[in-house]
Amino acid sequence: MSTAVRGRVCVQASGFGGDEKRVDSRTIYVGHRPGPATEAFIPPKFCDNRIVSSKYTVWNFLPKNLFEQFRRIANFYFLIIFLVQVIVDTPTSPVTSGLPLFFVITVTAIKQGYEDWLRHKADNEVNKYPVIVLEDGRKESEKIKVGDIVEVMEDETFPCDLILLQSSRDDDTCFVTTASLDGESNHKTHYTVPDTEKDLQSLSATIECEQPQPDLYKFVGRMYIYKTGQDPAVRSLGPENLLLKGATLKNTKKIYGVAVYTGMETKMALNYQGKSQKRSAVEKSINAFLLVYLCILISKAVVCTTLKYVWQSQFGQDEPWYNQKTQKEKDTYVYLKMFTDFLSFMVLFNFIIPVSMYVTVEMQKFLGSFFITWDKDFFDPEIQEGALVNTSDLNEELGQVEYVFTDKTGTLTQNNMEFIECCIDGFQYKNTDSMSELDGFCVTDGPVSKLQQKAGLEKEELFLRALCLCHTVQVKEAGPDEIDEIDGVQVDGLAAGLSQPDEERGFIASSPDEVALVKGAMKHGFTFLGLENKTMKIRNWQNDTEIYELLHVLNFDPVRRRMSVIVRNKSGETLLFCKGADSSIFPRVRPEEVDRIRMHVERNATDGYRTLCVAYKQLSPEEYAVADAGLRDARLALQDREEKLMVVYNQVETEMSLIGATAVEDRLQEEAAETMEALQGAGMKVWVLTGDKMETAKSTCYACRLFQRGTELLELTVRTLEDGGRKREERLHELLLDYHKKAVQDAPPVKAGVTRSWSNSNQEYGFIIDGATLSLVMNPSPDANSSRYKNLFLQICQNCTAVLCCRMAPLQKAQIVKLVKNSKGSPITLSIGDGANDVSMILEAHVGIGIKGKEGRQAVRNSDYAIPKLKHLKKLLLAHGHLYYVRIAHLVQYFFYKNLCFILPQFLYQFFCGYSQQPLYDAAYLTMYNICFTSMPILAYSLLEQHIAIEILLDNATLYREIAKNAMLRWGPFLYWTVLGIYQGLLFFFGVRYLFSNPALQDNGQVFGNWSYGTIVFTVLVFTVTLKLALDTRHWTWINHFVIWGSLAFYVFFSFFWGGIIWPFLRQQRLYFVFANMLSSVSAWLVIILLILLSLLPDILLVVLRKPRGPHARKKKKCQSSAGSSQSSRVSIRPLLMRTFSDESNTVI
Amino acid sequence: MKSEGEFVNQPDNTAFTQQRLPAWQPMLSAGIVIPLFTLIGLAFIGIGVALFITSQNIKVQELDYTGTATSSPCFQCSGLSIQNCTCERNFSLSELFEGPVFFYYGLSNYYQNYRQYGVSKDDYQLSGDTTYFLKPQSYCSPYQYSNNKPIVPCGSIANSMFNDTFRLYLLVNGSRKQVPFDGKGIAWWTDYNIKYRNPSPVNGSFAAAFDGTTKPVNWQKSAYELDPTDQANNGFLNQDFLVWMRRAALPNFRKLYGRITGGDYSQGLPAGNYTLQISYNYPVLSFGGTKKVVFSNVSWMGGKNQFLGIAYLVIGSLCVVMAIVMLIVYAKYKFPDNDDA
Repeated sequence: MSTAVRGRVCVQASGFGGDEKRVDSRTIYVGHRPGPATEAFIPPKFCDNRIVSSKYTVWNFLPKNLFEQFRRIANFYFLIIFLVQVIVDTPTSPVTSGLPLFFVITVTAIKQGYEDWLRHKADNEVNKYPVIVLEDGRKESEKIKVGDIVEVMEDETFPCDLILLQSSRDDDTCFVTTASLDGESNHKTHYTVPDTEKDLQSLSATIECEQPQPDLYKFVGRMYIYKTGQDPAVRSLGPENLLLKGATLKNTKKIYGVAVYTGMETKMALNYQGKSQKRSAVEKSINAFLLVYLCILISKAVVCTTLKYVWQSQFGQDEPWYNQKTQKEKDTYVYLKMFTDFLSFMVLFNFIIPVSMYVTVEMQKFLGSFFITWDKDFFDPEIQEGALVNTSDLNEELGQVEYVFTDKTGTLTQNNMEFIECCIDGFQYKNTDSMSELDGFCVTDGPVSKLQQKAGLEKEELFLRALCLCHTVQVKEAGPDEIDEIDGVQVDGLAAGLSQPDEERGFIASSPDEVALVKGAMKHGFTFLGLENKTMKIRNWQNDTEIYELLHVLNFDPVRRRMSVIVRNKSGETLLFCKGADSSIFPRVRPEEVDRIRMHVERNATDGYRTLCVAYKQLSPEEYAVADAGLRDARLALQDREEKLMVVYNQVETEMSLIGATAVEDRLQEEAAETMEALQGAGMKVWVLTGDKMETAKSTCYACRLFQRGTELLELTVRTLEDGGRKREERLHELLLDYHKKAVQDAPPVKAGVTRSWSNSNQEYGFIIDGATLSLVMNPSPDANSSRYKNLFLQICQNCTAVLCCRMAPLQKAQIVKLVKNSKGSPITLSIGDGANDVSMILEAHVGIGIKGKEGRQAVRNSDYAIPKLKHLKKLLLAHGHLYYVRIAHLVQYFFYKNLCFILPQFLYQFFCGYSQQPLYDAAYLTMYNICFTSMPILAYSLLEQHIAIEILLDNATLYREIAKNAMLRWGPFLYWTVLGIYQGLLFFFGVRYLFSNPALQDNGQVFGNWSYGTIVFTVLVFTVTLKLALDTRHWTWINHFVIWGSLAFYVFFSFFWGGIIWPFLRQQRLYFVFANMLSSVSAWLVIILLILLSLLPDILLVVLRKPRGPHARKKKKCQSSAGSSQSSRVSIRPLLMRTFSDESNTVI
Repeated sequence: MKSEGEFVNQPDNTAFTQQRLPAWQPMLSAGIVIPLFTLIGLAFIGIGVALFITSQNIKVQELDYTGTATSSPCFQCSGLSIQNCTCERNFSLSELFEGPVFFYYGLSNYYQNYRQYGVSKDDYQLSGDTTYFLKPQSYCSPYQYSNNKPIVPCGSIANSMFNDTFRLYLLVNGSRKQVPFDGKGIAWWTDYNIKYRNPSPVNGSFAAAFDGTTKPVNWQKSAYELDPTDQANNGFLNQDFLVWMRRAALPNFRKLYGRITGGDYSQGLPAGNYTLQISYNYPVLSFGGTKKVVFSNVSWMGGKNQFLGIAYLVIGSLCVVMAIVMLIVYAKYKFPDNDDA
């Protein structure tokens, strides 16, 4: 859909803009007033502010929708069959295939039409929303033009992308929340363009900015402000000046902004992209089977047509006297006749590919997905939400997962940061106050006592100040002024009554680490009071308020992995505080300071904490001037702003001195370890892809039991690469070969179905790679044998129990998923993550799972399934996924089977009716077979079947392996079902055929005709097929009973009814009393019973002789495993990281 | 659960939504299947024996009268151009042919189940709707109109109605004594009483209802004068016509012609020599078919059919054998799931 919309936008943009306007930037005249510099003012045209997300209009709905529906190969096939029936003289009336097709098409059209109507409604709501434009007064939102100055009141959403010109707040800022865009509910500060005139009516300015692009966080532009008699003043515009459509104004009475992007060119509209359709492996199997059946169908038709003409060439068979041809038949050319005969046979046998299978499959998927949303085990009381199903197409894929790619932060861990300890100048300060357990060591009263006096007081103060200043945290305001400080008891008491109001000040930040640090500093007595008018206030130990002027914020980015602030204190000193990852800080501080702290950092990291180093630097006025100029220049740059800023940042952040380091704990998610263990037990390979640093990630892996004590770690990181001091490529090559030898060549072939605990005798391997090395592997220098690296890498990884990829960029995550996805055997991959950085891998993997975590809703919105917690993944895969897979696999196989043995007798009958396309069954039976008689039992089965109880599935992760690799839809099982279908079809036909060698089947000597023949076969067929399903059903709920016995009863009832009345609309009363007459014949009864039993005999034998699987067989195993699991769950109550690392950490380093 | 009920979004905690509906979980274990198989097997063997014996006791006398062989008495009739030919077949019964005896005619290589043939009739006509007498439906083509007159009954099926007639004589002391065929009740009751209806007579004349129509091309007599001996057996309710209109399922078929029930023959056909006089009208050689007549008595299972009895015996013994095999396997390897069964 998005492509269609996008396509039109492009046309508009290029159509209006003209060729010469297709440049990198656009010029906007604020308030449509031409700047004085422009000689000839031609108001540039941009698209209007209308949002179109709907797909159809009233006029094009029918043709467009029909076109799209018939693009589906199955619908098209049935359309063709229908048309053939209409045009050619065929054995069955067009109604038999037209009715189901019509039904399917109508239902789908109604559904899509309704969805589109909802979109229309939503569009209209947005488009007709009244807005105030400075020039024109009140008008509808869709009429906003680029250049209009728009007024937005508090709590209103922005109607288009605006450059903030004026705010009602004194400090020229406004707050917005972008919850509907990226899910981040915190207030973000945006700034007005500095030095614009207060009187917007007379403002004369132009804005030059880039063409629309979808990145929400990128914007570069320049504003020229013209004042009479002066050179135009130039101001740089960045994302902090841009208010995005869809965001909501908060805490600000009113703002004025100039529209820069409107309608479909807004960033929101550009980001609104339909997800690409993911197709499940089952669907691929269906298509493959379909092809086989199509071949069967065509060959049947070809065989029949050929034989027909061979047979007709025999003496007297072409046109016996009792069956003369009509004049029309005589006149048609023989080749045309052959062709129509072929088509007729196709029509006769077309039921072998049933239209109802698609309906049933879709229905099963749609209805089945409700069980996920309904599952109360997925309900998380904390966020008051359960699981969310975005795509029901992939239910069964959940049972096929081979590779799980998980994010670490927020997924494996809670992303609930807690300041654990810090290290100042090499001395360790442990803060136990926040821990639940009481520690006698800690004296609760007075902030000073929390720190043992080890480092100098000055250093401590500096460190805490740095923590208080170096961040982008905001204080959650109750009002424009800091009311919460005054009557904070009341405000915070509502929010969280338990703790002291001071400690529970609301802090808002994009990263929870920052909040944890600020809170940590607060616990140690330095409180951040807020940022106002570029001044930061902090309260120190003496309860004095210190005021700093915030000069620059050098924002965090994942490449630098650090952030800095430049502040000026009251005494006029300019200070730079910097915090960041150790690897990015250590090279930028004096080396002699590093050693004291590095030890702490590394120890903290192996304990699973997130560590940050804090450094500072005093800037001399000259230095500051240089930095200031550099920063301003770079910020004004229209092109390559990012790169230029980076250069300046790197220049400024040098020669700092290290103050200390912090350790923040990110707790593991509930039952993270159990979940991971279960996934591995189920035969899935778990890969952790994280942007975090290796040590932290590694320790998380240990905590999650992805790596175990005996696991030998194969490391491929920058550190190992640089060991030899040689070229990286050489070393990489060497290591890869070495690891390959270890993990692949020497390892005995791993047998599927072997659980971890049994395979302990084998050496297990864990693999660690980091982002930099990965890019070396993926994109090696051209001379190296490039594809070889990739292969080696993959082979090693595939033989490892767990793989850890750290320091990954979002794109690299997707790259890895893609690499695995496209590797040999194309395994099914699953990505799980909670943050925006996981979206790429969520979209890339076969199944994307979002966690409704703290990092916004972007992952959830792009996922196929969303769950509140990681622990829910276990049930989602092991229970739901497994069941869905078994259900749908059975559904598909059963459908093909039942249609094969439905049509085979009809095919065989052609050999006995002179290849005349005589249907064996009545038209009513042909139509109703798939719709009424045999559809409900399989649907009920495919929704309710639990061949193994859910508890047992959860307790025995190994059961998941039994269905791995599409086990139930491979050619083996397909062949079994096909053979079964053929066997039964042959049996049905020839059983009745031999019965009819003497058609006098009643005790009154009367004979049965051809419709009696068909009805006996059909009765056997319906009963056999339904009872076959009954045999396969392992879980008989009342619904199954009702539906299975109900359909059989319905069949009998219908047959009586259909044969009991002379139907005035039928031109031939073929079945009149045929069924009742059949039942009056003892022989017919006997043959029906015989054939049903004989047809089911192989299945009964197979069920008995097969290795028993089911509740009885699992009972004992269940007892054992439940003992084990209860034990492990008891242990896990203690904080996981703490426990695990006391045992494991020694093996890490 | 009450405390959890406070949440608005909490999913319903019903057995259905939580997939915890009480369920019966049958297991086909050897402990069930072996007795089951034995039971089924024995029952089948019992039924099979009964069927087999019944079928064995059914007597059948078939006579082919196509006349392909020159020695055949009907040879002279089988020529294409010969009209109103009669031939005779003699046969003798050595013992009493127990009654009631059913007399069938049989055709082979005759495709009554041909599709175009099968649709070639007009059910509205046949239900006595006179509006369709003058305008037969187009499916009847090429037997819709003849000489611009609508054909009643139209269509291939009616047109090709079997028109050989038979007379059976018992030779008693050198003289022929006719054995009467009872032609009543040979068609389905519902066909005779509901599905097929004659048009109501016009001015008291049944034949007048057919005014403006013509008889099928191959018929010698019109529909209303099919049976001169019995007024009620005419039109669409003629029993032979009804039997013919119920199309056979297979190309080799037999249809009921009459029963021998009357008077001296209520016990059946006594031993002796018989002559079957055939008025040979129906051509079959042109499409390589054969004609035959069958004398047969019937039982509760219908006519003679060995297939069903043998099939039941085979399947029954198969079940018993499998039960024994399973028992051996079970005794030897002891199925693991039978500890608790």
